[in-house]
Amino acid sequence: MVKIADDQRVGRYGRFGGQYVPETLMTALIELEKAYEEAIADQTFVDEVNYYLKDYVGRETPLYFAERLTRELGGAQIYLKREDLNHTGAHKINNTIGQALLAKRMGKKKIVAETGAGQHGVATATVCALFDLECVVFMGKEDVRRQELNVFRMELLGAQVVSVDKGSGTLKDAVNEALRYWVSNVEDTHYILGSALGPHPFPRIVRDFQRVIGVETKRQIVEKVGKLPDAVVACVGGGSNAIGMFHPFVDDQVVALYGVEAGGSGISTGLHAAAVTGGKEGVLHGSYMYILQDDNGFIQEAHSISAGLDYPGVGPEHSYLHDIGRVQYTSVTDAEALEGLQLLSKKEGIIPALESAHAIHFATELAKEMSPEEILVICLSGRGDKDVQTVRDALGVNNNG
Amino acid sequence: MAKTKLLNAIQSVNTQGDKAFVAYIMAGDGGLETLKSKIYFLQQAGVTAIELGIPFSDPVADGPTIQKAGERALANGATLRSILQELETFYEEVRVPLVLMTYYNPLLSYGLDQFAQQCEKLGIAGLIVPDVPMEETIELHGVLENTDIALVPLVSLTSPPERLRKIAVSGEGFIYAVTVNGITGIRDGFSDQLEQHFTSLSEQSAIPVLAGFGISTPEQVKSMGTLADGVIVGSAIVEAFHQNDLDHITALVQASKAKVFN
Repeated sequence: MVKIADDQRVGRYGRFGGQYVPETLMTALIELEKAYEEAIADQTFVDEVNYYLKDYVGRETPLYFAERLTRELGGAQIYLKREDLNHTGAHKINNTIGQALLAKRMGKKKIVAETGAGQHGVATATVCALFDLECVVFMGKEDVRRQELNVFRMELLGAQVVSVDKGSGTLKDAVNEALRYWVSNVEDTHYILGSALGPHPFPRIVRDFQRVIGVETKRQIVEKVGKLPDAVVACVGGGSNAIGMFHPFVDDQVVALYGVEAGGSGISTGLHAAAVTGGKEGVLHGSYMYILQDDNGFIQEAHSISAGLDYPGVGPEHSYLHDIGRVQYTSVTDAEALEGLQLLSKKEGIIPALESAHAIHFATELAKEMSPEEILVICLSGRGDKDVQTVRDALGVNNNG
Repeated sequence: MAKTKLLNAIQSVNTQGDKAFVAYIMAGDGGLETLKSKIYFLQQAGVTAIELGIPFSDPVADGPTIQKAGERALANGATLRSILQELETFYEEVRVPLVLMTYYNPLLSYGLDQFAQQCEKLGIAGLIVPDVPMEETIELHGVLENTDIALVPLVSLTSPPERLRKIAVSGEGFIYAVTVNGITGIRDGFSDQLEQHFTSLSEQSAIPVLAGFGISTPEQVKSMGTLADGVIVGSAIVEAFHQNDLDHITALVQASKAKVFN
């Protein structure tokens, strides 16, 4: 097993993690941890989660052999874990289904959530509609502008979307506001955090609900090729799809794990969202982890073409897996991600989300270095429909520039 | 080392029959050059201690008024480093205890050891870190161990009795009791559970219990003063300085004096 608790405090991954939150939230976190432990020990709860994952979300998702892409690159055999085929189009709903059922079990009637691009917001609004929970989603003013359609989607689903104009008006500010809202409404409200971030027990809860990705992948690949993959690649913003994919493989040392961060305009430009590759240790949103910060300890804005990776931190378990060298973290720029997106679209007829396109670009480079007997799995965390406007604008600029 | 500076200041005020009055200001709001005159004004007005807010990029425990003050301070270029440098120019003349209120990441970035040493040198009496609950204080207690800097804990209405007891027992300086659920700011009503909450806290705590968050009028200072050993007033003072309404600050401080309670 992975040695989780070098530090004896709760919710630690080596020296990372913890619970750096106002005292007002501590009781809610302790209550949440207890409720979660009870829930996952209760077969009825587990069955209920699995029922919705199957009949509502559409799991299990396929593990697809990308034959044309494999042939094109002439290296490792490439398999895609199709999280883009989930209801709402990304892996985010694996977590929101689980947390919404947990909230119901805890007797909470209201849900608060943050969202960047709107994918987690839509996945949260969706389950709130499904389970009749009141839903408030905080979204940065800048993101509200960039993702108008997702705002409308959430509203169609019955959620209230609150635009946040504080700070930089992006995801980190939306998290700040969601936390403030939760502090003030903690008695009847559950906070559905969207990534493997935040104070304990959130990183663990989100990872556990996302583990289904890796668990299925492991079973599917063994069924298909009779062995474990040689490499697994996933994109990392906060890190929820990656931790869900990696975790079941962490003890299998033969499987190389790669986390791909958003390199934005390039690490050296300072305009990126690569907290492991280009950040420093510190505390943000309740957790000790790698974050983007200046010399005064102020949090810096992240920069990425992909709104889902546009966050100035990476979850505590990733920070730990980096430190012990179990996962290799690297970064891919906006321009490279756009190449990855186009390549997969043209070779496989799958338009990936810009987030996943980061993983695809790195994986295609990696595959070329591997032999045709080797197996490479990419976590295709979401579909790209939401990004076509951004991609069109970006390619237009590139073509003219 | 016993943490006595802050504790003694509050207890001596209480001994005279007054309630302690801790005034919060955001360092750098209005420019760092105004820090000295604000501290002197509050000292003159009769406050027991001054809580000095350090601006931060992501202040999750602050309400709108203090967030805005923080943004103004950041826009003026205030940082933990520049604030400590400014304090160095006049700390020897300050008579009331200073308590720094800062989020954790700027401290980690500054270096906890260096921070503790610099604060000890400047005679800082206390430290409040709103995003470090009891569970995460090991490092801070470690660096403050041989100083006279009290690590002031916050307690909340949502904290269950057993947790309140633990915090009350291990607290230093005073107990900062959050009187409304939520973030700092100006609120209309106080919760009904308040009286019971304070009675229970006072029984368990060997150090004074001060009420904070949401106290903005002299009447509220007075009514909270009947429940606790004193009050912390933040948003109302920040706003009064911003509007240059110094009379309001004087009135707030006066409401904590013994004559009000007789």
